[in-house]
Amino acid sequence: MKSFLVQTALFLGVSLLFLLLSPVLKEGINPYLFQILMVMGINITLAISLTLINGITGQFSIGHAGFMALGAYGAGGFSVFLGPKLAALGLPPLVSQNLWLVVSILFGGGLAALAGLIIGMPTLRLRGDYLAIATLGFGEIIRVVITNLDFVGGARGLIGIPTTTNFFWVYFVCLLCGILVYRLSHTPRGLALSAVREDEIAATSIGINTTRYKVAAFITGAFFAGVAGGLFAHFFGYINPQSFTFVKSFELVVMIVLGGLGSITGAVVGAVLLTLLPEFLRAPQAFIPLPLPEFLTGFLGQVSQYRLLIYSLLLIVLMLTRPQGIFGRREFSLARFLGRKGTEP
Amino acid sequence: MNAPPLLQVHQCTIRFGGVTALNALDLQIHPGQLFGLIGPNGAGKTTAFNLITGLYHPSAGEIVFDGTNLRSCHRHRINHLGIARTFQNIRLFKAMSVLENVMVAMHRHTQRNFLPALLGLPSAEANRRTVENLALQWLSDFGLAEVRHEEAGSLAYGKQRRLEIVRALATGPKLLLLDEPAAGMNPQEKTALKELIRQIKKQYGLTILIIEHDMNVMMELCERIAVLDYGVKIAEGTPESVRQDQKVIKAYLGEPAQ
Repeated sequence: MKSFLVQTALFLGVSLLFLLLSPVLKEGINPYLFQILMVMGINITLAISLTLINGITGQFSIGHAGFMALGAYGAGGFSVFLGPKLAALGLPPLVSQNLWLVVSILFGGGLAALAGLIIGMPTLRLRGDYLAIATLGFGEIIRVVITNLDFVGGARGLIGIPTTTNFFWVYFVCLLCGILVYRLSHTPRGLALSAVREDEIAATSIGINTTRYKVAAFITGAFFAGVAGGLFAHFFGYINPQSFTFVKSFELVVMIVLGGLGSITGAVVGAVLLTLLPEFLRAPQAFIPLPLPEFLTGFLGQVSQYRLLIYSLLLIVLMLTRPQGIFGRREFSLARFLGRKGTEP
Repeated sequence: MNAPPLLQVHQCTIRFGGVTALNALDLQIHPGQLFGLIGPNGAGKTTAFNLITGLYHPSAGEIVFDGTNLRSCHRHRINHLGIARTFQNIRLFKAMSVLENVMVAMHRHTQRNFLPALLGLPSAEANRRTVENLALQWLSDFGLAEVRHEEAGSLAYGKQRRLEIVRALATGPKLLLLDEPAAGMNPQEKTALKELIRQIKKQYGLTILIIEHDMNVMMELCERIAVLDYGVKIAEGTPESVRQDQKVIKAYLGEPAQ
């Protein structure tokens, strides 16, 4: 009971903090950094949802951008087409903005989850590289279909989505997604997800319905990817099929592999690093608010020229020195960090 | 032996391409029996296990367990009905802790509904504690409690074998299938294993079917033994009668030179 109250209080406290920070950050920091911050949050949600599928359940899927696209277009389309009708309801703007943002991203998430179910049922019979290729294919199919749908703008993209995503919603979704995935995979029954990853035959032999757990993980992951896509659409106000190519899927896979496959904290760190790093290399000065001596600014200018080179080199070095990822399979634990032994009940 | 058999394998045949791995196999295992399955390498013993646990489907014949025909059963359902097994080449969840390996098998005790756990409700916490305590009980019964937080893959070989048995038992089976439990064990470990098998049979009232190459273990342990050779059952009976069966001697040692 006590732990329930503490955890809930903590959750509410952090949510409140996000709510308070939301207007401060929007006004207080430079718009470029703010945009990076928002993209980072969306990437964190995407990475956590992908690590549920790839890391925890061990089903190597590289079509996550497809689910994100469905969420983005589902939510964006919902807002664009139903938006005018909703405005006629006459709710106060603050309420209607947030309410309809939530409804539309839930719609986007639901659409992605449905696609997850439809795609997951046949493909999850496959293993390893075959599954990877099938999911890659499905991700691309989703994008190509959208490109050819005229009513959502086709290749021109969808315009006129209300830009209602704020800092609070992005990071609240991260928090929610992180907690949900953690709790899902750590309950006694949810341990079955890891068992499926470790050994499918042994898992069935102890009574685990492996197909069900795989599809469940796939649907949950797809849902959050869709929600993240919806937030993405409502942040930029404009979406284009080119934002959801397999390159985006690979980017997400790199994030979770770098952070440590199967670790939620690893996914978060991977997403933060891989969102910040390329931007930092692009314009290092923007991240350092201090006036710098001349030789340093010159040097940083050089850095941005070679950013793609440096970025790839850093990835190679990281993978060579820590092939299991930054966190391996473990979660970051404050207790272990502070040097105490694991928490005994 | 008037009670109906717990497991009835009836005229089961399985072919892989042109190879008939098992030919019209008949087995009847009665409740409480310790039944042995022996035979030279490649005789089809593990194939029989895979048939019973649903990894393979018989090309012909049927298997009835406790009154249920297993033909239309999914593999995981077969475990729910009460058949658990271990594997010849140990299949633990290597990257999970020893405790988790047991907890994940306890589907009879875990909360079915995920919602309380997602909300972090006290009932989920209580269920977690119950399952953890039961799992810990299993582990201490088998002398594995001290290593509960270690990764299963890092355990010594003998302990891995034991953990696999514990994991199978934790699913609450009526019939336990052990596939070469003594493989790779030294004589002391084998003696300990015999004790362990007798103990779990008595303590949990299990029916046990064992595949094993070690004849000493089998002759001492089993009440009844069936012998397979090239997919055909060539003998069945008490250890004594099997030991003296001419066909069995021929299968293992070959025919005397003329």
